[in-house]
Amino acid sequence: MAIELRDIHKHFGPVRANDGIDLRVRPGTIHGILGENGAGKSTLMKVLAGFIPKTGGTILMDGREVDYADPAGASALGIGMLYQDPLDFPTLSVLENFMAGRAAGLGLKADAYREGLRKICAGLGFSLNPDSPAGRLTVGERQQLELARLLAAGTRVLILDEPTTGISALQKETLFSALRTLAADGRSVILVSHKIEDIEALCDEITVLREGRVAGSMGRPFDTRALLGMMFGAEPTVTMRSGHVPGAQVLHLDDVTAPGGRTGLAGCTVSVSRGEVIGLAGLEGSGQDVFLRVASGLIRPSRGRVHISRRDMTGRGYHEFRSLGVAFQPASRLEEGLVRGLTITEHCALQEPGGPFLVRWDSAEREARERIAKFQVVGTPDSPVESLSGGNQQRLLLSFLPGEPELLLLENPTRGLDMESVHWVWEHLDAYASQGTAIVFSSSELDEILMAADRVLVFFDGRIIKDERPEDTDAMDLGRAIAGKV
Amino acid sequence: MAGTPKAKERTPGAALSRAAVLPEIALSLVVVFGFTTLVLILAGAPPLASYGQIIKGSLGSWSKITHVIKVWIPLTLAASGLLYTFRIGLWNIGVEGQVMMGAILATAVLRMGAGAGNGQLYLSAALLAGMAGGAVWAILAGYLKTRGGVHEIFAGLGLNFVAQGLVLWLIFGPWKQPGIASMSGTETLAESLWMPYLQGLRISPAALGMTLTAIVLTAYMLGSTRFGLYLKAIGSNERAAFLFGLRPQAVMILAMVCAGGFAGLAGGFQVTGVYHRLIPAISSGYGYLALLVVMLANFNVWVTPLVAFFFACLNVGGIQLPMVLQLDSSLSGVIQGTLVIATLAVHALRTRMKKRGTA
Repeated sequence: MAIELRDIHKHFGPVRANDGIDLRVRPGTIHGILGENGAGKSTLMKVLAGFIPKTGGTILMDGREVDYADPAGASALGIGMLYQDPLDFPTLSVLENFMAGRAAGLGLKADAYREGLRKICAGLGFSLNPDSPAGRLTVGERQQLELARLLAAGTRVLILDEPTTGISALQKETLFSALRTLAADGRSVILVSHKIEDIEALCDEITVLREGRVAGSMGRPFDTRALLGMMFGAEPTVTMRSGHVPGAQVLHLDDVTAPGGRTGLAGCTVSVSRGEVIGLAGLEGSGQDVFLRVASGLIRPSRGRVHISRRDMTGRGYHEFRSLGVAFQPASRLEEGLVRGLTITEHCALQEPGGPFLVRWDSAEREARERIAKFQVVGTPDSPVESLSGGNQQRLLLSFLPGEPELLLLENPTRGLDMESVHWVWEHLDAYASQGTAIVFSSSELDEILMAADRVLVFFDGRIIKDERPEDTDAMDLGRAIAGKV
Repeated sequence: MAGTPKAKERTPGAALSRAAVLPEIALSLVVVFGFTTLVLILAGAPPLASYGQIIKGSLGSWSKITHVIKVWIPLTLAASGLLYTFRIGLWNIGVEGQVMMGAILATAVLRMGAGAGNGQLYLSAALLAGMAGGAVWAILAGYLKTRGGVHEIFAGLGLNFVAQGLVLWLIFGPWKQPGIASMSGTETLAESLWMPYLQGLRISPAALGMTLTAIVLTAYMLGSTRFGLYLKAIGSNERAAFLFGLRPQAVMILAMVCAGGFAGLAGGFQVTGVYHRLIPAISSGYGYLALLVVMLANFNVWVTPLVAFFFACLNVGGIQLPMVLQLDSSLSGVIQGTLVIATLAVHALRTRMKKRGTA
């Protein structure tokens, strides 16, 4: 089945997640969609799967315009999507999951479905026990189950969103060969991924998205360098930081493995010294989030040791890390960073833990005024934090950092800020660094990392696969590492 | 002084200004009356006459008003305690059991004092024991929540059953009346162990004073102290509060202690000031009713005693209905149930309106 998308737009308020995307998928092929986080790939696929309505544009199947408003409409047309987290019922058995939503009438005819499931599995090389509960399956097996269900439902256009995250190498092979079989049967397969290696290995054609638009497309044979160029844009002009002279060790992770996030953290060994600024690169959820939370004591490692200022802090809690001068600020400002419903003054009053029994509202308000002035926050002491804009929330959060911390751990400190605010934030952070504070920050902007950091760590699938100084690398090189190619 | 009006805004319920609270309460009352009227009409009862009876039965004479105040005291105490737990985002359903445990421990102390001369001392000790009993019962629910991951609603409900079981077991077992155990409760305590009351009014001024103090204290704790600020911060965003260096679990336990302490005191007054013995229905459902009072008051500390008074009037006035209007006695139960549903409906409506307001 041929799929054609013409001038697809999807706007979320002022944000144009998809800004006029054209895409053709030929029948019987596997088509890869490549792009950074936020490039618009997932949005485009959700539009195609009927999961979210499009703002504008047309979808054609075999040259005929189609219109549908929900996933049921899409699946009636034969479009099925395998989501990153497979949609199954953990307490039901594999067979019951397979039958869910399809078994009509009073009798369940379980035997017929059992036979159908067996046939599909045999055809694709899946080994699923129909009677084991879905909750006990691995991610890869749940994917197989979901695939079998989609195929039995008559899916002719199959969309897969990051299917290779969290599955074993063997399961990946099984999946890829299954997808090839399905394409050979005349189905169209669309594969969304940020892993350039997987896409190159499997796809017949690749379309690269960047900032909501098509950056280019390519058929076999692929040119990796050209693809990376499309993904990350032209090489940025870079102003390097002045060289940092390593000082005393502030943070040391020794072979740390920890759970959490999408990938966890695996076998990570890193040292950070006084005054050093370290940028964590990588696609979101590749382990940077877990790294920052392990270093701040929020996540306890399952293996390895954590040292703060040469003190073994393995297994200690966040409050003890904090008392050693470790400060952590999360990316989600309103979910984790600030307290919705409290004013700026109330936030200031919260800042003195172990303070007097009575809140000194006068001094808290004075404090609020000072911070508002110093950090150029647009707001008043009585403004509830949720009424502030994103940039002002970030300024306020930064104003809550302690005066002389040893180690700042900042998760995407400039996400969603305009250029002026980004510069302002970095001026502020640079002042910290020059007084000897070590800063570790994550960012999805390579330009920012190259500009601000003394050292770049690239995360891929929970591991640090590159540890480099900015002057020894460039955006291309980092982009390659981010996509899993060292 | 520029600081004074602002300080006022920070008192509990600051999310809505005082001016916005009153119309909301009025709306709630309209809905509550609408529902109740409908039920009365459906039941074939004359609504106006019924309301007249409720008013006459609750406010018609001094003795009836004192009756209302007797209900108001435990209701307001339990509700004051719930303000702490609601502020930190906990559903302390276990307040009912906390009232009962307060009553049990107060009775235990007073039984030790039976025959001893120093009544005042034993009374004070009994009230303290009551507070401790409620607090311990609340701490249990708190630990089940913070350590065991049991939702406080289920923990509280379970503990309510245990407390009710304990009350019955004591009445029919170890503390049974000489001769034969009876549903009427344990043996009545000696008059020296009763809370001193005003002749003719049969209200204990001490209990009334402590209840008024509880309201003021709660307003002060929530509005002016660091503890109150912590409750609000953790209730609004536990995760962020933790990152700010607070210890949400410890503060939750403290909030439970406050709620349990006030509920336990209410239970203590039920024994020392009202029944002078332990009876099976010692808590009279005031704990559950207090939950509704606080919700209907929109968690505002100053509105809470007013709403509690309204519910107390209904409670006392409703008793008259079956006798005077020849209505079946179960109808007053239906009215109370209707009140509950109407309260919840208003609550849902308010949340939805708030959502639309922010959207």
